[in-house]
Amino acid sequence: MLELKFTKEHEWVRIMDELAIIGISDFAQEQLGDIVSIELPKTGGVFRQGQTMAIVDSVKASSDIYAPISGEIVEVNEGLIEKPEVINQSPYDLGWIAKIKPSKMEEFESLMTREEYDRYIGQIK
Amino acid sequence: MQTTFYDIHKSLDAKIVNFHGWEMPLQYTGIMDEHVNVRTNVGLFDVSHMGRFEIKGQHSLAFLQELVTNDLEKLGDHQALYSPMCYEDGGIVDDIIAYRLAHDRFLVVVNASNRSKDFEWISKHSKSAENVEDISDRTALLAIQGPRACDVLQELVEMDLQSVKPFHLVDANIDGIECMLSRTGYTGEDGFELFFDSSRTEIWSKLMHHGERFGIKPAGLGARDTLRLEAGLMLYGNDMDENTTPLEVPLKWTISFGKKQEFIGKKALSKSHPSKKLVGFEVLEKRIARQGNKVLVEGMEVGFVTSGSFSPTLRKSIGFCFVPVEVLLDQSIQIDIGGKPYEAKVSSTRFYKRK
Repeated sequence: MLELKFTKEHEWVRIMDELAIIGISDFAQEQLGDIVSIELPKTGGVFRQGQTMAIVDSVKASSDIYAPISGEIVEVNEGLIEKPEVINQSPYDLGWIAKIKPSKMEEFESLMTREEYDRYIGQIK
Repeated sequence: MQTTFYDIHKSLDAKIVNFHGWEMPLQYTGIMDEHVNVRTNVGLFDVSHMGRFEIKGQHSLAFLQELVTNDLEKLGDHQALYSPMCYEDGGIVDDIIAYRLAHDRFLVVVNASNRSKDFEWISKHSKSAENVEDISDRTALLAIQGPRACDVLQELVEMDLQSVKPFHLVDANIDGIECMLSRTGYTGEDGFELFFDSSRTEIWSKLMHHGERFGIKPAGLGARDTLRLEAGLMLYGNDMDENTTPLEVPLKWTISFGKKQEFIGKKALSKSHPSKKLVGFEVLEKRIARQGNKVLVEGMEVGFVTSGSFSPTLRKSIGFCFVPVEVLLDQSIQIDIGGKPYEAKVSSTRFYKRK
């Protein structure tokens, strides 16, 4: 299994074929509750690390999703527009949000490992 | 603060939130799931955080009539009435349900957020003969709501519950526990609210046990909020407050200008010409409007969202907002969500009506 890395804002990133696949963590989807809509970024859009790239709405709250890594959006998970609940059901797999062509691959290394992330959410729980 | 059912909520692994100082269950399995179950089967809510006052004495009726805008003379024994209580200027102190237990005894149920304010307000206006007592701590309040609510409760009581009309109440005995059952609720579904001694927490498990074959599930404050919004029921603190009159929200029907007794706020309300009104709206794009979002007409800010959510029944983004009185039904408006305008249209506040 390819290594997942995490941000403090609860996004995850996985590198596959030199592309960064991103989504939100299981902890994030659980905190948000039932996700009912998502505003996806446009392909071709360019984001700096930490910029808002998508917005998810759950029944109770709206939440920005920040680019965990700088680069250009090459693909988005269009299926989420009709079935945003897939993020709740499969946050690390079918619920991926976008694929980014990273412009600064070194940013990936600076993100939290799964172990570090688990410790981090243990502190904020 | 915790209600008498707090340990039960914890044992059910509920997500607990602070609601005006109360540690309450937001959800057990999920808001959508609980919401849909109340619309299709039956849900059980702990609403013991709400304030409950008993008003006793020969002058109870006259005293309460002065405080509420609706006409309590309409009530016979064991009947309930919804009403705002207003300040002199017509602003709303709270919206309450008054239950006439006997000609000289009333029960008043108020919002949890307003419990101490209301108690002070009511006590201040009581004459010495009146006895106003806050009985919230020694009583528990559960709401069983949904199309199968009556079936579940019927398993536990002998009398025929179908004969209990909406906004009527009966005294009942559940396995030796005295309960008052009132056919009221805050979900837009049929259902009952149960008042009983706060030590008798076993009522919860009795209802859950007998409700099993009817599909009962516990439901939290999250589902309570989406259910009441779909049903067009307003929430104090969101949709109305001391700066809102009942004429500005769809509560004109609760003001009884013709009742015999004068009531606080009558003079101001009878002269009032509101410039804003509360309406429903539906967002036509895939975003959820939230409380505080600005409402725009042709780019101009004209009002704000007071409640907004996803509607699990209609699968749409809905809410209530204030707009100028000139705004019409079905008119196109925009809602500013996160700095961007989204298309919406004005609708009735009643999004859902049960068949």
